[in-house]
Amino acid sequence: MELPQARGPLSAGLFGGVRDPEQLHPDVLVEQVRQLLPGSDPLTHDDLQLCLWVLYELHYRGFARVDDAAEWDPELLRVRRVLEHFFEDELRRRTRETVAAAIAGEGDVATRLFAFCESFASPSVAQFVQREATLEQVNEFLVQRSIYHLKEFDPTSWSIPRLTGGPKVALAEVQYDEYGAGRPERLHSQMFADALEACGLDSRYGTYIDQVPATTLAVNNAMNMFGLHRRLQPAALGHFGAFEATSSLPSRRFAAGMRRLGLPEPAPAYFDEHVEADAVHEQIALRDVCAGVAAEGPAALHDVFFGAAVCLYLGSVTATESLDCWRHGRSALRQPADGAAVA
Amino acid sequence: MNIDPDFKVSSRNDDVELVPCPDGPVLVRGADTIRDSEGVDHAVTRPVVALCRCGKSSRKPWCDSTHKAIPKD
Repeated sequence: MELPQARGPLSAGLFGGVRDPEQLHPDVLVEQVRQLLPGSDPLTHDDLQLCLWVLYELHYRGFARVDDAAEWDPELLRVRRVLEHFFEDELRRRTRETVAAAIAGEGDVATRLFAFCESFASPSVAQFVQREATLEQVNEFLVQRSIYHLKEFDPTSWSIPRLTGGPKVALAEVQYDEYGAGRPERLHSQMFADALEACGLDSRYGTYIDQVPATTLAVNNAMNMFGLHRRLQPAALGHFGAFEATSSLPSRRFAAGMRRLGLPEPAPAYFDEHVEADAVHEQIALRDVCAGVAAEGPAALHDVFFGAAVCLYLGSVTATESLDCWRHGRSALRQPADGAAVA
Repeated sequence: MNIDPDFKVSSRNDDVELVPCPDGPVLVRGADTIRDSEGVDHAVTRPVVALCRCGKSSRKPWCDSTHKAIPKD
């Protein structure tokens, strides 16, 4: 994958330094981030979110013409840390009240997490896709989702070596299913790539990064930040739990909408798979993984709910933004996706 | 266990585990096929499957999370 197009002075400066360490000026970058702090919303800040996304991607597959050693360049990590502080603080601030209310709910941890996911108020992209989205809007939805689904479950996999006992076994069981249960054609990221190809879209990893808005990057960056920091492991698993627990019912609507529009079968089939798979995964995720991790103590319990809240909150932010664009006849992408669905 | 009596779980070995989830499906590990009330066998294709217990799934015998959309008493 090529480095994305810069979205402002921060990413322009950072990408120059990622390509050539001689051109890296971390003090300048750190100062630029600090100047952003007052009055900026990091969740919708294109320049900041793109920088974070690129720095995290160094830990996955890296970029063409970028030295693999950049992954552990201490100066790049220092810049990343400043960006992450800004991002994490804002996520905690935005979710503080819902987290406290969810923790104070009735029942065991799994019951409270299910209740939290079911009661979280968010507009529904799934309902929109099921009932009224156009072919172009569904393509835009697939493009936005491609940033995560082409590396589906990878951010959660970071947690496995840090777990022990029952929660480790439970997470590995879900991972095996996500990774195709021994059949490469059932690897969920491959099924999503097949869906993109069938719809005439580009399935190459990272292709659409220049087209997705800051909020889509924020969704991915939250998963990457939680996954890469052992300190944030309970949040990573709470996020995973909420993601699984809000997937099965919407997936049925997505599949129905895609069949309404006559999309090629691999597209609805991907979502059919998630109706069934995630009805299993949500039970294992909340009862065996999240409850097990939350039992480690009050801080772990808190961050399990924090991670879940971030998943639900950022989901509602992206849904609100996309639906607002589509209902006003605008594209929800930064520029229209290439290619059209083969309907 | 309150598992739907219409479903029969079969396996080549005896090591089948059934885990009922409160207000949810029953998880089944180690099964090869699930036979429904019409005698139709459904192959188990994933390491663990969830069987519908609310009777409202559109993908029976598999759970599709519809139980969450049913108001609890």
